[in-house]
Amino acid sequence: MAEPLVKIVDLHAEVAEDGTEILRGVNLEVKEGEIHAIMGPNGSGKSTLAKVISGHPAYEVTEGDVLFRGESILDMEPDDRARAGIFLAFQYPVEIPGVSIANFLRTSLNSHRDEDIDIFDFQDLLISKMEMLGMDPAFAERSVNDGFSGGEKKRNEILQLAMLEPTLAVMDETDSGLDIDALKIVSAGINQVKQEHQNDMSVLLITHYQRMLNYITPDFVHVMLAGRVVRSGGPELALALEEKGYEWAKELSLA
Amino acid sequence: MPQNDVVAQLGLDEYKYGFRDEVEYKFKSRKGLDEEIVRQVSEQKGEPEWMLKTRLKALKHALARPWPKWGGDLSGLNFDDIYFYIRPSDGVGRTWDEVPETIKNTFERLGIPDQERRILAGVGAQYESEVVYHSLKEEWEKQGVIFKGMDDGLRDHEDIVREYFGTVVPYRDNLFAAVNTAVWSGGSFVYVPAGVKLDMPLQAYFRINAESMGQFERTLIIVEEGAEVQYIEGCTAPSYARESFHSGVIEIIVKEGARSRYTTIQNWSHNVYNLVTQRATVARDASHEWIDGNLGSKLTMKYPSVYLMGEGARGEILSIAYAGNGQHQDAGGKAIHMAPHTSSRIVSKSISRGSGRSSYRGLLRVDPGAKHARSNVECDALLLDEEARTDTYPYIEVEEADASIGHEATVSKIGDEQLFYLMSRGLSEDEAATMVVRGFIEPIAKELPLEYAVELNRLIELEMEGSVG
Ligand SMILES: Nc1ncnc2c1ncn2[C@@H]1O[C@H](COP(=O)(O)OP(=O)(O)OP(=O)(O)O)[C@@H](O)[C@H]1O
Ligand SMILES: [Mg+2]
Repeated sequence: MAEPLVKIVDLHAEVAEDGTEILRGVNLEVKEGEIHAIMGPNGSGKSTLAKVISGHPAYEVTEGDVLFRGESILDMEPDDRARAGIFLAFQYPVEIPGVSIANFLRTSLNSHRDEDIDIFDFQDLLISKMEMLGMDPAFAERSVNDGFSGGEKKRNEILQLAMLEPTLAVMDETDSGLDIDALKIVSAGINQVKQEHQNDMSVLLITHYQRMLNYITPDFVHVMLAGRVVRSGGPELALALEEKGYEWAKELSLA
Repeated sequence: MPQNDVVAQLGLDEYKYGFRDEVEYKFKSRKGLDEEIVRQVSEQKGEPEWMLKTRLKALKHALARPWPKWGGDLSGLNFDDIYFYIRPSDGVGRTWDEVPETIKNTFERLGIPDQERRILAGVGAQYESEVVYHSLKEEWEKQGVIFKGMDDGLRDHEDIVREYFGTVVPYRDNLFAAVNTAVWSGGSFVYVPAGVKLDMPLQAYFRINAESMGQFERTLIIVEEGAEVQYIEGCTAPSYARESFHSGVIEIIVKEGARSRYTTIQNWSHNVYNLVTQRATVARDASHEWIDGNLGSKLTMKYPSVYLMGEGARGEILSIAYAGNGQHQDAGGKAIHMAPHTSSRIVSKSISRGSGRSSYRGLLRVDPGAKHARSNVECDALLLDEEARTDTYPYIEVEEADASIGHEATVSKIGDEQLFYLMSRGLSEDEAATMVVRGFIEPIAKELPLEYAVELNRLIELEMEGSVG
């Protein structure tokens, strides 16, 4: 394939408020249909990278670029990026009290479409996706993330992924906070959505643990340290990391 | 987030009900408030002598009484600039065809006759000082329900009016109650006989059309033992450069085992001072609910009250206020527990934006002897930007040790994280903010009849356009 779907070039970003630099030259390419995993210790900038890709206003890009299908997206608002096909599953999903999941999802879905979806078609779609993720349809009437358990929040993110069917899915620690059964269901859910879309969907999977990669096999694994991607490899890199820890990666990066 | 030009977007042009009509009035008082004006109002109505006497006593009190120093800024309100009485037409229509054409068109534009056909048991419509239309579906009339303009109520049921008028809100209660008593005109008279349960709401619609107009409707609702009623009030006015003044008094008597609910969706234009006294007395095992939506006006001062007078009486006050640029919503509620085993609940939600300011002002009182009283007060404020302001003034006076009182107040700012989350799902910034606001008011919106909940959401949407700063 010629043009990568996403091309991140020497990306530098700081906290807009106080100028603290967090991303210090990230380079990354994701081609159509690929699954990439990003690992790295706490505070290395993984979530920041994810949020900069989605256009979070708290960060300012000072150097470099993010190209989506060959074009810079840095001037686009978060909603324009979403409609262009970029989806972020949040590490910490946000509570919206008083707004039902159904209402939220319908509004989101409609924002991606030229014509509003028929309400009955929407119901059918929602119920089928919830079944796939082992969710009780009654859950759709609850307020978005309000009083949800950690696992419920993560599952709700996957439900959104399944409904919105993005071209690029950035999954920020979707595995954390899930019990063993939920991890299986959520991973299976991601796999199914991915399989349905094959080359029309690429995934950037941020995780700390090998265990999710047992279910979702990445094409590439990257290690982030202090705001940079310091090492890239195949799935075996994740296994090596699990065994040897980040100190090992740190030494490699210095070498 | 970018600072949008909210002033331009939400200027007076945006107010959907800001259109005005050219109307030939039958009678228009000169500006100002004095004895001559009060006598004129009384004479126009040809009312009984005792009412004129009541008016004059109230006038004396109003003119002597100092203006309140608390609440909102009343310095822009000058009685000398206000027309206290304008009669738009002669008599009250019982069908819309009897209402003068221009005025009928106004109410058509506001959608009232249509709602009447579909969801209401009865409708009253007031234009300036007078009720111009009133109707009640026949089935209710047959059961003895009375729903009339207050002037007709006084004429046709003088004994009932005389028995109750001013007993719930005496003119001495506050300055604006005194002003209202002196120059009152219009409003509704509702009488629901014992045991009659209206399963559709009654609605009154208040429209100010003239500039510098003062509207002083007086509403009296009597719900006899075991009866049930729901009453809805809507208000709009054109947008003028000069201030108008609305000061209603609503008195409700809820007798033993009866239930009533009074809902207001106030959407005055942003040049109206809205200073209203609404109070209900609630007898043994009866209940009353105030649902109060304050979206419009320049300044609203309004604290619906429940006086829980009989054992087991219940009262609820749910309010939503939206204070946009230049608006001040000073609202809240009062619950007075005067008997054992009474319970009350106050939920107040406010949204402020830009130079808008919302205040919660509430009183919870448990009198000696009101044993085992229970009350819960919750006030939540949502700020849409850095500039917006909110205050709470909760007063709690409890004279019984075994009262169970809950009080909770929260202030939240619409979060960048919330906006980003919703925008990352494809919602525009305005849509995202509107969704957060809708969610915030949902606990109250869900108490409204569907049509009104939809209308409320639509109004909020309109106000929210370009609102995030
Ligand atoms: N808005 C912000 N303001 C101040 N500091 C920030 C902000 N966002 C991120 N940081 C800092 O940047 C660094 C990277 O944070 P980030 O959340 O990207 O790390 P992470 O790799 O996702 O970590 P974890 O594995 O714990 O989720 C941290 O030191 C964090 O405190
Ligand atoms: Mg993180």
